[in-house]
Amino acid sequence: MDLHIHTCLSPCAQPDMLPTTIIKQARDKNIDVVGICDHNSAENVLAVKKAGEKEGVQVLGGMEISSSEEVHILAFFDDDGALLEMQNIVYENLFGENDEKYFGEQLIVDEYDKIIGSTNKLLIGSTSLGIDRIVELVHSLGGLAVASHVDRDSFSIIAQLGFIPKELPLDALELSWRCELSEVNNYESYGLPLVKSSDAHFLSDIGKAVTTFSLSVPSFSEVVMAFQDVEGRTVNI
Amino acid sequence: MKLKEIVEKFSFKVRCNANNLDVEVNNGYVSDLLSDVLANSEENDLWITLQIHPNIVAIASMKGLSGIVIINDREPEEETVKKAEEKGIPIMVSQMTAFELSGRLYALGLSGTENDNEGI
Repeated sequence: MDLHIHTCLSPCAQPDMLPTTIIKQARDKNIDVVGICDHNSAENVLAVKKAGEKEGVQVLGGMEISSSEEVHILAFFDDDGALLEMQNIVYENLFGENDEKYFGEQLIVDEYDKIIGSTNKLLIGSTSLGIDRIVELVHSLGGLAVASHVDRDSFSIIAQLGFIPKELPLDALELSWRCELSEVNNYESYGLPLVKSSDAHFLSDIGKAVTTFSLSVPSFSEVVMAFQDVEGRTVNI
Repeated sequence: MKLKEIVEKFSFKVRCNANNLDVEVNNGYVSDLLSDVLANSEENDLWITLQIHPNIVAIASMKGLSGIVIINDREPEEETVKKAEEKGIPIMVSQMTAFELSGRLYALGLSGTENDNEGI
């Protein structure tokens, strides 16, 4: 699985990060499940899900939410309604308008890669929601909260907040593709499951880092079980 | 310089440990990246930041900082104030920006380095 992929909706991602191209790239790299996580928005998730269904690639719907501390959190939901509800909360707490000249376009597409709109929300910005509140909201809507690229110097919980608060009920930590095997043990001490993903902004990034899950079927509920390490479901990086 | 003098001079709003302002301030440190403060601040620094998360208290107490000034009139989270009470870390709020406050503190004789202002 590669659980952290941006689409053309993220201003910083390439315009060819489209439903069919992402799914094709995932298939070519033998990836069974992709996570779609654009910055503070989930408007392309359904299109990628439909494109994935046709090709037998499972898509986990998500969003990379920026907290008021400028910490990035991946939020995954099984239920599309819950994902869109979370998106509404994020939008209500996200201020400013995007300027394409400086940050890039934020395109909404259908499952055939056709542009059907765009959003003028400042997706590159941070919400006014604190990290504790975001994790609480994600859980109340039945989602999973994973701290993004904790090994990176920017927008990671460890860089922004110095350390991961013990009381914060995260479901997993994500490591970036840059994280060497020898550095992984620095993050094991938190006692949380570790995943590794590409944070792809370019098509060629997809699969640059992946996580191996042992599941009976590739589904959200099985991923939850793997994070909980129950009934033989496991997660390995 | 005592924290108390600074608080009075700039009319900071003290959010906790108002009776604990007798502490000495040697220097100042400005940063919103807590990992940076953890790595580079010094004991008895006055920390200027816009972060309001409870983790600021743990960092300040671990590094022996004299206090935390939150700028731009931002208010600390409730949990932050509660933890700061427990740890005895004074938290203050200022309406100034980090730039303005740092400049004024520098003019007052606080510097960001160990070696006074020699050679600068």
